[in-house]
Amino acid sequence: MPKVIKTEVEFEGRFYEEYIVLEGEDLSPWGPDRDREFRFVGKPQPRVDGPERVTGAAKFTHDIQLPGMLYGRILRCPHPHARIQRIDTSKAEKLPGVRLVLSAENAPEIPWRMGLTQLFDRTLRYAGEEVALVVADEEEICYDALDLIEVEYEPLPFVVDPVKALEPNAPKVHESGNLLNGAPEVYERGDLEKGFEEADVVVEGVFRTQSALHNCMETHGSVAHWEGDTLVIWDSTQHIFGVRAQVAQALGLPLNRVRVIKQYMGGGFGSKNAAGKYTVMAALAARRTGRPVQVLLDRFEENLATGNRPSTVQTLKLGAKEDGRLTAIYHKSILNVGAYAAWPASASGPTKRLYSCPNLKTEDYSVYTNLGPFSAFRAPGYVEGTFALESMMDELARKLNLDPLELRLKNYAEIDPITNKPYTTKGLKQAYERGAQLIGWEKREEVKKTRSTKTKRVGFGMASQIWGGSGGPPAYALVKINPDGTATVITGTQDIGTGTRTALAQIAAEALGFPLERVRVELGDTQWGVYSPLSAGSMTLASVGPAVRAAAEDARAQLLDVGAQVLEIPRDRISLEQGEFVDARSGERTPVQTIFEKLLNYTIVGKGARGPNPEDKNINTFGAQFARVEVDLETGRVRVERIVAVHESGRVVNPLTIRSQLYGGVIQGLGYALTERRLEDPRRGLVVNPSLETYKVPTVEDVPDIVAEMVDMPDPEANPLGVKGVGEPPIIPTAAAIANAVADALGFRVYELPLTVDRVLMALQRGEPSRGEDNK
Amino acid sequence: MAKALEPRVQSAQLPSIRGPERVPLTLNVNGRTFSLSVEPRRTLLDALRNDLGLTGAKKGCDEGTCGACTVLLDGKPVYSCLLLAVECQEHEIETIEGLARDGKLHPVQEAFVEHDALQCGFCTPGQILSVKALLEQNPEPTEEDVKRAVSGNLCRCGAYPHIVEAALAAAKKLKS
Ligand code: FES
Ligand code: FES
Repeated sequence: MPKVIKTEVEFEGRFYEEYIVLEGEDLSPWGPDRDREFRFVGKPQPRVDGPERVTGAAKFTHDIQLPGMLYGRILRCPHPHARIQRIDTSKAEKLPGVRLVLSAENAPEIPWRMGLTQLFDRTLRYAGEEVALVVADEEEICYDALDLIEVEYEPLPFVVDPVKALEPNAPKVHESGNLLNGAPEVYERGDLEKGFEEADVVVEGVFRTQSALHNCMETHGSVAHWEGDTLVIWDSTQHIFGVRAQVAQALGLPLNRVRVIKQYMGGGFGSKNAAGKYTVMAALAARRTGRPVQVLLDRFEENLATGNRPSTVQTLKLGAKEDGRLTAIYHKSILNVGAYAAWPASASGPTKRLYSCPNLKTEDYSVYTNLGPFSAFRAPGYVEGTFALESMMDELARKLNLDPLELRLKNYAEIDPITNKPYTTKGLKQAYERGAQLIGWEKREEVKKTRSTKTKRVGFGMASQIWGGSGGPPAYALVKINPDGTATVITGTQDIGTGTRTALAQIAAEALGFPLERVRVELGDTQWGVYSPLSAGSMTLASVGPAVRAAAEDARAQLLDVGAQVLEIPRDRISLEQGEFVDARSGERTPVQTIFEKLLNYTIVGKGARGPNPEDKNINTFGAQFARVEVDLETGRVRVERIVAVHESGRVVNPLTIRSQLYGGVIQGLGYALTERRLEDPRRGLVVNPSLETYKVPTVEDVPDIVAEMVDMPDPEANPLGVKGVGEPPIIPTAAAIANAVADALGFRVYELPLTVDRVLMALQRGEPSRGEDNK
Repeated sequence: MAKALEPRVQSAQLPSIRGPERVPLTLNVNGRTFSLSVEPRRTLLDALRNDLGLTGAKKGCDEGTCGACTVLLDGKPVYSCLLLAVECQEHEIETIEGLARDGKLHPVQEAFVEHDALQCGFCTPGQILSVKALLEQNPEPTEEDVKRAVSGNLCRCGAYPHIVEAALAAAKKLKS
């Protein structure tokens, strides 16, 4: 009988309660002892959809072309804050080829951003906010028509600097004020004052981090099409079920009248966790024109309106005993969330959780400004927070004359400092040890001496990573055994480029006893009706994987039951191997499809659900990265020579694709550390570099030697697969490790990211170490 | 977002100017000839994608800064978003769709799969064509050569180390 239970689920550092339905037997965990039997799990497996991706056959949302499809393009506000006085779309409507113009004049009122604004609002709170949609026969005609729309704006006072936005007379982004929820998010434990009193040394600094832009290679967009009264949407999204719910609500449709499909997508990194205005606009336009409508964003829009990693100003103060033990931490962050926020931003996650420190206080101020709204960006808050925390830890190590690694080990958390629960597994020590070995940590002073010259300095640095990544319920799966002897895995998850399809195929093949080629994975379509959560928070595999295993085990048991009867072999003598029944006594092998010749198109359907996470344990992922850099004292250029990344995320299902994820995280972290920065002109309230020409993401030439390894240790208490997430962990410590290596090379610290040549040169000129208060 | 609109001047003195209406043209793509009718301002990328349905070349920026739209023009990698379709008549155009033969992947494609030189796969067609062009012209590239060849192809997923690995492996495979 199905069992309903209530359980707690973590997502990106926040906890939520969920009800889930469990069916079937509890699975015994795949522990370390199972490993030697594995055929597919743990083996490097090229992607099952690799051929589609290398031939151009893979259809991304951008590639969906339907008969009679029209193109929609969006007009956006050129002012940081304005009210529309008058909008005249008549000239645009008359342009040949234009089919529809939607704006506040003729579109329904649809609340957006939890009612803070409308789909088409007359008050616009950032440059780039949506004003109108033009729908035409061709893209080029859309752009012509956009130029013909006349809008009279009344410019309003604006603010883009979050510190200024908190001042009493600052222009208001929203009537309710510029501080989200009217107060900071505060967390406290122990007695902060006492903690600092007990300290032998105190270090303090002010860190500044930039707004970073996702720049997914595929820009956001949707194609919408009505099939009778059913709305079908192709959306470049990390969350098909979320898009379905949001669109259904916006248009007042029942859920079963909306179908959302996403087979391939060109990156999301957290910016595609929900439906966009473009999604709803495409649906409305498709209804009004009676034709399929594609609404895609261009690169500029992408960089103005689809989210960003918020900039921060972080004040951090650490107190410690002479031997290095932390006695107190204070961490205050001001985060620029832009014009709207779905939830409060925070940079204090790592501070609260990474080290064992009894007295601690954190305050996170999420501040509205007249800039594009922030969104999740690969390990939101943890990348920013880890930079500040791990930089400060190095300053503390320097003051105490301790090895930075030793200082971290002194404060190693054996239990979670917030919940006081033990971890299911924690491989951080192993990561430290292996990483130190791979970078040559012990010999670093020698290397620095021999490699450094009058104009070039070499430095080493390291940083730690903590993150959730437990995954959790609800997530469901079906595994079908088809009459042709193949298996189909059905889930509602999405493969956002991380290799989900492949990993799920490996798991199902393993559990079924089928060859991998005989397993096909269907995902990315709400029509299957098998719910899976969004692909974010490093939770896909650890959420959906156990459900797939459970469904496969169920299907396998049914197949054996049926097979035993058809083949007339006692149930306890029959087993499955590589898609064949094996009779234990005779050793005779019979292909699975043989039984279906008699059963005439009978299909077996196995069901699986993701069970709850353990209540008495904490599930976290860990890792450490080490960097070796060379700084040119004449030009200020930082050259990262080598990054060693060692992470622990439970069992490794696919060592080949996991290495891709580690590389990808490190490379995005490298961009964040050195070159990526959204630039705003505070006088005009505009973003000045919303293009790939001026916003510098790393190219192949910027990439250092990267050594990426996993501490492969199954975590059987976490879930019956022993897996945890790995999407976000590798970006978390990169910038911090690089910044620490740069500080090691220079002998003093630059407190602001990215570490561009001008900042390094200015710091060199100033010579004297600064604690960050005066950097601008 | 609105882009500057070029005035559509119809000049009597310059009768050779075509457009703004659609004009007929032929394109030679993957060894086949296609006749189409597009506005002269249509880019090669849009013509391939929207008119010929060859969506393997991607639009990442439409302004020559990402490389997702890379195709080969007479064997050389070009950004197809920076070319007008009308300029490309009389040239041999090769897109990602033309690489596999009878369902068999080209060795560069094979190497990309084997070495997992991709994640989302959006930049991949462009990367593969840049590598193919390199190997045709330089069958024994160094790591530096490979990096230079794909330095105009951004990959936000950071597949770069595996792309370099795959390119070098493909070079070996093609030689043997
Ligand atoms: S789309 Fe052509 S270079 Fe980006
Ligand atoms: S694989 Fe995603 S952009 Fe290159």
